Amino acid sequence: MAVTPLETTAAAAGQGTRAPVRRRRLRQFTARDRVVLAIMVGIPTLIQLVLVWLPTLFSIGLSFVHWNGLDFSDMKPAGWSNYQYIFTQYTQFWPAVWHNILWLLFLGVIGTPLGLLLAVLLDQKIRGSRIYQSIFFVPVMLSLALIGIIWQLFYSQDNGLLNFLLGTAGKPNAVDWLGDSHINLWAAMVAATWRHAGYVMILYLAGLKSVDPSLREAASLDGANGRQTFLRVVFPAMKPTNIIIVVITIIESLRAFDVVYVINKGTNGLELLSVLVIQNLIGEGQVIGVGSALAVVLLLISLIPIVFYLSRTFRKDRLQ
Amino acid sequence: MHEIPGAPERLQLSRRSLIKGAGIGAIGISAASALAACTGTTSGGGSTSGGGSLTFGSNASDAVPKKAYASFVSAFEKKSHDKVTTNTVDHNSFQDKINNYLQGSPDDAFTWFAGYRMQYYAKKGLVADISDVWDTIGSNYSDALKKASTGEDGKQYFVPNYNYPWGFFYRKSVWQAKGYQIPTTMDQLEALCKQMKGDGLIPIGFADKDAWPACGTFDYLNMRLNGYQFHMDLCAHKESWNQKKVGEVFNTWKILLPYQDPNALGMTWQEAAQKLGNKQSGMYLLGSFVTQQFTDPAVLADIDFFAFPAVAVEGQDAVEAPIDGLMLSKKGGQNKAARDMLAFMGTGKGQEAYFAVDKSNLMTAKDADISSYSAFNKKLAGVIADAKSISQFFDRDALPSMATNVLEPAMQNFIKSGKYDLANLEAQAKAQYAGQ
Repeated sequence: MAVTPLETTAAAAGQGTRAPVRRRRLRQFTARDRVVLAIMVGIPTLIQLVLVWLPTLFSIGLSFVHWNGLDFSDMKPAGWSNYQYIFTQYTQFWPAVWHNILWLLFLGVIGTPLGLLLAVLLDQKIRGSRIYQSIFFVPVMLSLALIGIIWQLFYSQDNGLLNFLLGTAGKPNAVDWLGDSHINLWAAMVAATWRHAGYVMILYLAGLKSVDPSLREAASLDGANGRQTFLRVVFPAMKPTNIIIVVITIIESLRAFDVVYVINKGTNGLELLSVLVIQNLIGEGQVIGVGSALAVVLLLISLIPIVFYLSRTFRKDRLQ
Repeated sequence: MHEIPGAPERLQLSRRSLIKGAGIGAIGISAASALAACTGTTSGGGSTSGGGSLTFGSNASDAVPKKAYASFVSAFEKKSHDKVTTNTVDHNSFQDKINNYLQGSPDDAFTWFAGYRMQYYAKKGLVADISDVWDTIGSNYSDALKKASTGEDGKQYFVPNYNYPWGFFYRKSVWQAKGYQIPTTMDQLEALCKQMKGDGLIPIGFADKDAWPACGTFDYLNMRLNGYQFHMDLCAHKESWNQKKVGEVFNTWKILLPYQDPNALGMTWQEAAQKLGNKQSGMYLLGSFVTQQFTDPAVLADIDFFAFPAVAVEGQDAVEAPIDGLMLSKKGGQNKAARDMLAFMGTGKGQEAYFAVDKSNLMTAKDADISSYSAFNKKLAGVIADAKSISQFFDRDALPSMATNVLEPAMQNFIKSGKYDLANLEAQAKAQYAGQ
């Protein structure tokens, strides 16, 4: 996922500079070049079309039927009733939306700034910086499902490390981190942040390295202190990184799934949109219509940051 | 992972073709070719069955049941000289993939459950009618078991292997020390709970992190308050959820709620079983599979059982006793060896081969030799034998999505807040059953 925005930027940038002179450029290619190019562009496009766009269209279609997933003859038109069901009767839907928003705010307000802080600290020439970087980056290499399992060991009410450190393990007043629906979402978000912060840290470390050192020099010559230098000069200079990180944070919070699914299959206070989609689409109790409608809702929400991001990138390219 | 080799690709293909097919209106031609591809896959998979051999898809992925089925299969092979290829799949994945499995290229015989879950696939024509097998094994089963193996069309589709009752489990030593008496009515149960709470115990062990165990409490309260038939009709959504009778179930539950483990939502049934084993809780409402958790023989010998107390109607007539057994896929229906294996499952000899390894369940065939039953097993079997009616479990008696998407979250919410919304339950039930 992380690679996609970067790739898109590169592709978009390439296309943008090529566009005005396309005609002349194309003529410089031999016939063979053009065949190779057509194949190299055509095949990925085709794969994308077949594996991503067609299923998307089918999902939209399926969201307007009642279907059990077994026989085509069982498919009955449903009109908007699946959507009506989701918005008015499906008790888990609005909590799930709220949980996704909370997830976004939590990553945005705590996870991402934490990653930035780590990056700034590790960018100083401190001893063992590499070791710290590795330590903070390790969670990024683990799958979120595995992270869910690891954190369950911390959170377990009777045998968990956390209650053990608090001295309440095995006592009746031990906090039920994952079972209490007022707390478990926060517990899950902390686990997700553990990984997200490392990810953001690596991206910002790269971003900080790319800031021209002469900018800092100029700032300090002008008498700016460390804080001013960072906030007024370095941070704005990292604008491309910032945008990528904003998009990544939004995407991470929309596709949050694995952690809560591992904890309790996303029930009892851990409902998320992605979980509801899976719950309705997979398994014995398939309700394809409702699941597809949920997927379409999630798609529409996801389109907002994607459109925002793409329109920004394209506009910038055009200006250049 | 115990995946069927080659199966994932086939499953995915058929799913993709299905989704493609869904676009019939939009792209008629490609949908038609996708359909053709789909049927092609299905018939292609049928070539594995032949004279004297069959494939057997098993969801028994846990160590003990897996060995038990292996023992059954080898007993069958010895008897019939047919060759059985067993494909064991992780228990939950098997269930999750059942729709694709039955529509793709399923094994000839496979493990499944009685009740609505069986009838549903029978109605959809995805499993084979085995009424002829029942002609030979029918006399070996009680009427209740035959009823549980019968589809809506009156034909048989299922051969029971074992079943296990749900009820209260407790430690004899704790009860003796405190002088507790087995409650047979709701009032006695409530009084006992009060006494246990005073003694510093959690009266009723309870775990609902996985959302399904609470169905046991709901099922029993509904059957005891409104009768077996009402419970069945409610499961099949022939009765509305939005009526006083259902409200009564939750209101009665509210009496028990303060005595059930307050940490239920954070615990798995295994963790709650440990609490019973450690004498922290006084009793525990679960299926008899709970005994698998007591690895210490001394603790196991100290476990006893009593049936859910009477509440309003029908006394203690109904018992919740899910039945597991075997079915034939549509393709397996044409395989003589597969039919023979199901017939063998319906004999005492076949079930004994299974029970010899897995003793946490009870044999269902009448001529099964029960001399190896412990006193505890005999007690459990007695409860089932004496029952006038047998329910399966909410997620087996009702539409599975009604259980997972509607009732289970509603119960979790009820456990937290003591609140329930019958109008919403009914509205959701309507939407779920409309999709079928």
